[in-house]
Amino acid sequence: MQIATLLSQKKSAILGRWLTTIYESYPPETAIFLRKEKNRFDNPMGYRISEGMEGLYGTLLQELERDQILTCLDEIIRIRALQDFAPSQALAFIFLLKNVIRQELAEEIRQENLAAEVLELESRIDGLALLGFDVYTKRREKICEIKADEAKRRISGLMRKAGIGDDSP
Amino acid sequence: MAKVPTPAELLPGLSYEPPEKGWMDVKPDFRPGTYCNPASPKWMEWINYPYPAARSVPDDEWALPQDWKEIVLQGMDDRLKRFRSLKLFFDICVRCGACADKCHFFLGTGDPKNMPVLRAELLRSVYRRYFKTIGRVLSEIAGARDLTEDVIKEWFFYLYQCTICRRCSLFCPYGIDMAEMTLLGRELLASVGLNIDWAMASVAQCYDKGSHIGAPPQAFKDMVDFLAEENERVTGITTTPSYNRKGAEVLFVMPSGDYFADPGTFTMMGYLLLFEHIGLDYTLSTYAAEGGNFGWFISHEMGKRLNAKIYAEAKRLGVKWILGGECGHMWRVCNQYMSTWWGPVDFLEKPVSPITGTRFENATVHKMVHISEFTADLIHHGKLNLDPQRNAHIKLTFHDSCNTARGMGILEEPRYIINNVLPEGNFVEMPPNTIREKAFCCGSSSGINANENMELRMQGGFPRANAVRFVHEKYGVNHLGCICALDRATLPTLLEYWVPEVGITGISELVGNALIFPDEIERTTDLRDRDLVGFGELAEEAGEEEE
Repeated sequence: MQIATLLSQKKSAILGRWLTTIYESYPPETAIFLRKEKNRFDNPMGYRISEGMEGLYGTLLQELERDQILTCLDEIIRIRALQDFAPSQALAFIFLLKNVIRQELAEEIRQENLAAEVLELESRIDGLALLGFDVYTKRREKICEIKADEAKRRISGLMRKAGIGDDSP
Repeated sequence: MAKVPTPAELLPGLSYEPPEKGWMDVKPDFRPGTYCNPASPKWMEWINYPYPAARSVPDDEWALPQDWKEIVLQGMDDRLKRFRSLKLFFDICVRCGACADKCHFFLGTGDPKNMPVLRAELLRSVYRRYFKTIGRVLSEIAGARDLTEDVIKEWFFYLYQCTICRRCSLFCPYGIDMAEMTLLGRELLASVGLNIDWAMASVAQCYDKGSHIGAPPQAFKDMVDFLAEENERVTGITTTPSYNRKGAEVLFVMPSGDYFADPGTFTMMGYLLLFEHIGLDYTLSTYAAEGGNFGWFISHEMGKRLNAKIYAEAKRLGVKWILGGECGHMWRVCNQYMSTWWGPVDFLEKPVSPITGTRFENATVHKMVHISEFTADLIHHGKLNLDPQRNAHIKLTFHDSCNTARGMGILEEPRYIINNVLPEGNFVEMPPNTIREKAFCCGSSSGINANENMELRMQGGFPRANAVRFVHEKYGVNHLGCICALDRATLPTLLEYWVPEVGITGISELVGNALIFPDEIERTTDLRDRDLVGFGELAEEAGEEEE
């Protein structure tokens, strides 16, 4: 499969451009910071997003278990599920990989007549996005869950005192 | 009518060039999950706070008093005269940007208005407009702007997205204290009726009943007695706290989180065991049953009102000095404000440990010692009989709470305790740019640990959780230790979202686990009823296998 070889060869350029597109979904001052600061603890968002995107890119190059793919998606989505994005905006970055690949590999796709392979690849990116919906929903559910758990912890001492276990109905 | 947007068109930054808008023209987006609800009028009436009204953030009208603008500007004028620091902080900033990327809320939300330099500018721009000639004349060109209702709304949004942690101050070449500006800004908001419900409810309950959670004295006593019974069940040791006992040597004051909410309750059990172990002559007060002080998150005046009971009780009970539990902001208030508010404290003595004879010179003025200082001193003098193996199931990293660490310099004491109550190799530090003075905040302090702003809290705590995740993945850390009750209340939630494999513990809980008493029962579990490693049946089974 020629497209896979091209994706490996041009990994750095494609990933770099893809990363730029997600950074540009933040305000300009923030985008500059996310790109510039390389320390993983001083720039946790930039680090986790770039790690997650590299992982996701890897899912297109090799066969992985479904859980591994979900983990890569979660790395980014759990950040964006909290931030000022509508669900569509939070997940748009996955679809944008198609644009990036079309731009970066435009010449090769035309010259080598890779349209069919590109379509197949884009279908798999669509699949990633659909899995992304699952991850996003789970993360939003998680927010509800942690709210409930925190409320329970506030009275858990009293419950123990009353002899009521946390597994009681 | 429009075409269905493409993915690129859905993202504003990609689909078009953002309009050339200055920061003054970008209004806050009050998205549910990112802001705290305004205080219910009920709580404000309880404590006689001005302009109580039912308010809702999404509403256009915030029910401000008719002369709100005069009140705020007069309030700013008053504070500029009373606090030279405020005027200095307003005037001295050269916008170098050293603080810009140091705030956990900026790092988590990506919102430039959470850059401390810009957050301060929200207030500073009004100061320039009304108190500086250049601002009066040149207005926006000089970075000045009119005080409007939109500006007030913006203050409400962003001043409650600052946890007063002061990490930004550490990096400011002038030492500008964003925390002080936030506190004074919140006072201005409170002067026109704008407070947050979570903090105000806690304040009102504390003022009326004695603790943030609204526990009356009987409930406080019942709960502490229950925790003493729990100690006896687990260790066989009877711990006997006394209440309101006149003539005790020491008054012990703890945050209410330690006797109600898990996992703080296990820290409370640890305190009781420690005091029993050394035979400390101490008492608890059902009146000063709250060391925490959410009043300070609203105004200095309210902070002072809630704090009054601590010295009052120390005086009434005739103790020699005060010992404080594991709490962050309580410690900052007691150490940095209390003696200024109420001093000189001539009815107490300079604290001296009755066990080691150590004179706590650092507490000469305010007469209050932190439990970590006290415990570290006991260990240093060999007064505690400890078995670190009882904490072998805990692989720990330590979160420096902002107020105790950055605010007060309590950096070594908790680490010294940890290294003495944990087996060697079970304590791992997070990376240096995330601990000690540079510690990342929990993201939920300063009264914003409400439920309705959970998304914001998770974003604010993300840098902290990111470092915890690193030591969990690299070293197998399974617990995050802290000496702050707000941390114990909020970090479990933070880590449940980001690093669910790691739990939270107070340091006195670990001390309680490790203490050996001569007449104790066979210890097979820790204070949370979790099996110890290498004790009880598991150890016997291992022994049989060896045979």
